[in-house]
Amino acid sequence: MATVDTSLVHDAHTHEHDHHEPQSFWRTYVFSEDHKTIAKQYLITGILWAVIGIGMSIIFRLQLGFPKMSMAWLKPILGEWINESNQLDPNFYLALVTMHGTIMVFFVLTAGLSGTFSNFLIPLQVGARDMASGFLNMLSYWFFFVAGVIMFSSLLIETGPAGGGWVVYPPLSALPQANPGSGLGMTLWLVSMALFIVSQLLGGINYITTVINLRTRGMTFSKLPLTIWAFFLTAVLGLISFPVLLSAALLLIFDRSFGTSFYLSEIYINGEALPNVGGSPILFQHLFWFLGHPEVYIVMLPALGITSEIIATNSRKPIFGYRAMIASMLGIAFLAFIVWAHHMFVTGMNPFLGSIFMFLTLIIAVPSAVKAFNYITTLWRGNIRFTPAMLFSIGLVSFFISGGVTGLILGNSALDIQLHDTYFVVAHFHLVMGASSAFGLLAGVYHWFPKMFGRMMNEKLGYIHFWLSFAGIYCVFFPMHYTGIAGFPRRYYAFTSYEWTKTIFTDLNAFISIAAIVSFGAQFLFLFNFFYSLFRGRKATQNPWKSNTLEWTTPIEPGHGNWPGEIPAVYRWPYDYSKPGAADDFIPQTVPYSQTPESNLPHENELIAFEKEIEEAENLNDQFRQPH
Amino acid sequence: MAATVTTDSTEVFDKKSWMGGVEPMKVSYGKLMMWFFLLSDTFTFSALLVTYGLIRFSFPAYDPAVHGAFQFSDLYWPIPEKVYNSVPFLHGVDLPLVFVGIMTFILIFSSVTMVLAVEAGHRMDRASVEKYMLWTIIGGFAFLGCQAWEWSHFIHGTDNGRMITDVVTKEVRTIFGANLTENEYGPAAFADLFFFITGFHGTHVFSGVVLNILIFYRTATGLYARRGHYEMVEKVGLYWHFVDLVWVFVFTFFYLV
Repeated sequence: MATVDTSLVHDAHTHEHDHHEPQSFWRTYVFSEDHKTIAKQYLITGILWAVIGIGMSIIFRLQLGFPKMSMAWLKPILGEWINESNQLDPNFYLALVTMHGTIMVFFVLTAGLSGTFSNFLIPLQVGARDMASGFLNMLSYWFFFVAGVIMFSSLLIETGPAGGGWVVYPPLSALPQANPGSGLGMTLWLVSMALFIVSQLLGGINYITTVINLRTRGMTFSKLPLTIWAFFLTAVLGLISFPVLLSAALLLIFDRSFGTSFYLSEIYINGEALPNVGGSPILFQHLFWFLGHPEVYIVMLPALGITSEIIATNSRKPIFGYRAMIASMLGIAFLAFIVWAHHMFVTGMNPFLGSIFMFLTLIIAVPSAVKAFNYITTLWRGNIRFTPAMLFSIGLVSFFISGGVTGLILGNSALDIQLHDTYFVVAHFHLVMGASSAFGLLAGVYHWFPKMFGRMMNEKLGYIHFWLSFAGIYCVFFPMHYTGIAGFPRRYYAFTSYEWTKTIFTDLNAFISIAAIVSFGAQFLFLFNFFYSLFRGRKATQNPWKSNTLEWTTPIEPGHGNWPGEIPAVYRWPYDYSKPGAADDFIPQTVPYSQTPESNLPHENELIAFEKEIEEAENLNDQFRQPH
Repeated sequence: MAATVTTDSTEVFDKKSWMGGVEPMKVSYGKLMMWFFLLSDTFTFSALLVTYGLIRFSFPAYDPAVHGAFQFSDLYWPIPEKVYNSVPFLHGVDLPLVFVGIMTFILIFSSVTMVLAVEAGHRMDRASVEKYMLWTIIGGFAFLGCQAWEWSHFIHGTDNGRMITDVVTKEVRTIFGANLTENEYGPAAFADLFFFITGFHGTHVFSGVVLNILIFYRTATGLYARRGHYEMVEKVGLYWHFVDLVWVFVFTFFYLV
C-alpha cells in the first residue's frame, strides 16, 4: 500500500521515541502540542466560562423571580450596574442574557465540550499518537483563549458587553447609538467571535483529518466507537457552518464601523433619519441561522456520542442499533443544514416556504427518535451499573426526550407564531440542547476523569451532584413552558407593561429562580469533587469501567505518543459487552476473534482468516515513524 | 466490515485503503487539511455571494422601456459594461470589460504556471519548480496590481460625476466615484458589495502570493529537494487554484450578470 522503505525508518524511530527529550515547562503545559494537554486546557477553560455563564443567569433570574429585591450586595462585583435604588440596570440585564447565551453556547458547550473530548478521545480511541497536526491544535486552543480574553474584557468596559441577544440581530447590533450594548461591547463580541471561528476551523480540520488518516490498523469506520463518529460529524458541521457566521460577522463589522448598508435600510433612530439604503436585516438572520441551527447539533452530537459510549459500557450491553445510530447522526447532520429558517417563521416569510421548512424540521424527529429509542433499548434488561457518568447519561436521554417533544410543537409554523420568543422556546432549547449537552459534558468528565488524571472522582458526591442538578433543571425549565404558553416574552427585564403579567406567575417565577440557584449551587459540589479528586482522588486502575475501547489499553497516565511501543491493532467493534459464551462480560477491541472461539458468531469466525493480515500489517501512518 | 480484501491496486474504491494503519488513498494529512479548509472557505464565499444575490435582486434591473436611456442612477442596478469600461492609458475610450478580462486571463494563466510547478515537483526538477513558481508569483502580483488600478479608478470616478440628492439632508450635489457610503455608478449597495467581495478575494490572492513566495524561497534553498518531495507546492497549488476558481464566480456575479 505504501512505500516499502518506511520499515527502515521504523527501526530508527522505535528507539528514538523512547527517549524524547523532556520539554520545557512552557512547551509541556502552556504551548503544548499534546492532544491530552490541550484537551485539559479546553476543559479547565470551559469550566471557568461555565461558572461565569451560569452565574450570570443566576443574576438575571434573581431579577425575574424577585423583581423588587435589593441587589446592593452585588455592588462589589457589578458596581454601577446596580443603580441608586439598588436595582439591576435594565441595559445590563440585556447584556447578561446576551453574554449568558454566547458564553454557554460557544465557549462552554462548543469549545468546552468538543474541544475537550474531541481532542482527548479522537487520538486515544482511533489509535493515534496525537492529532494530525499538534501545532494547529495548539493554535486552535490559543485562538480560543484570545477570543475568551476579548469577550471577558467586554465585561469590564464602561458601556458593558454586547446586549443584542446572542443572535446579535441587526439593526439593533449594527447601530452603536441604539443602546449601550451595541457600542464597544458589540465590536468586541464580533472580534472575539471571528477569532473563535478561526479556532473552530483549526480544531475541526484536525479532528476530521485525524479520524480519516490516523486510525490504527484494523480500525475501519465500521469499528469506530460512536463517540468518534459523533465528533467527526460535529467537526464537519462546524467546518461548513462557522464560515458562514464569519462572513455574516464581517459584513456586520462593516455596517457598524465603515458605513456600509448590508443589513440596514430606511431607518430612523431617535427621530433622526439614517442614510442607509438597500440592505436587509433578514439577510443577517438567514446567514446567522445557517450557522445557528447546525450549531445546535454541534453542541448536541458530541454529548450524544459520549452518552452512547457510557450507556453501552454501563449497561454491559452492545449499543442497540450501532449502524442505525450512525445513520441517524448522518441524517441529523444533513438535515441540520436545511432547516434554519424555522427560527424565522415570524420574519414575514412566505407561508409556503415556512411550510417547507416546517416539513424538513419535523423530519428531524425521526433520527432523533431513533437515537432516543436506541438508548432506551440499550438500557433495556441491561446489567446496569449506576456510576455518576451513567446517571448523567440517562439524565441526558431524559432531557433530550422531554425537550425534543416540544421541538415538534415549535417546529410547527402555525404554533410557532404564538410561541415565538416566549419562555416556551427558552424551556425547549434549554432542555434539549442546553441541559442535555451539559449533562453529556459532565458524564464525559466523570467517565474519562481516570484516563485524564489517573484518579477517580468521588462517587457519592457525584450522586448528590446528579440528583440536585437533574431535579433542579427540571424544576427550572418545566414551569417555563407554562409561562411561555401564557405569553411571557423572553429577554424582558420586567413584566410590568401589562396588567395581566403583573399579577400572574410571580410565584412560579420565584420558584424557577430558587430552583436555578439550587442547580447552580450543586455545580460547586462538582467543582469541589473535580479539584479534590485531581490531587486526592483514589488512584485509578488501567480499565476502571471494564470498557472495550482503545484508550483503556494505554498506561494509566499515558505519556507522549499514548502507547509505549507499538499501537495496538483492532479486530472487533467496541461494543462486545456480555457476549454469550464469553468468559468476561467485555471483550476489548484489541482481542482477536481467534482468541475467543467460545463467543464468536458464525460470520465472526470467517473474519479470523483476515486477522493475520491486520496483525502483520504495519501502522504506516504512525506519527512516530514519520520524519518529524 | 471490510471483509473482502482485494489485492487489485487498480480498483477505484480500495477497501484496504480504509482498513486503518494507512492513509486512505495515500493522501497525506496536510493535503487533506487543505481540502477541508477549502471546503470551509467555499462556504465563506458562498455566504458573501448569496448576500450579493439577495441585495442585487432586491433592486430593479435597468429596463429601457421604463428608465429610458441608460445613465447611472440609484433607482436600478447598473449595467456592468457601463461601469467597468476603462483601461489604463486609454482615457475616454469605451472598452467594456476589457481590463477585467485581462485581469482574469492573468490569474487563470498563473494557475497554469502553478500546475507546471507542481508537475515539475513530481519530476523533482528543482530549477523548473523555481521558474514556474516565479511566474506564478509574478502573475499574482500582476493581478493584484490590476485590481489596485481597478479599485482606484472605481473610487475616483468619471470626469463628470453624477448629481445626487442626499437621502438625509435633501441637499443636491455632484459625487465622483464610489466609497462605502456613496456611489456614482448606482446604489451604494453596489459599491459596498464590490469593495467587500473583491477585497475579500484580493486578500485571499495576497495571502496566496505570500505563500507562493515562501514556497519559492524554500524551493530555491533546496529544502524540498532535501526532503525528497515537493508536496508543499501541491498544497499551496490547491489553494491557488481555489482562489482562481472563486474569482471566476466573483467575475461572473459582478461583471457578467
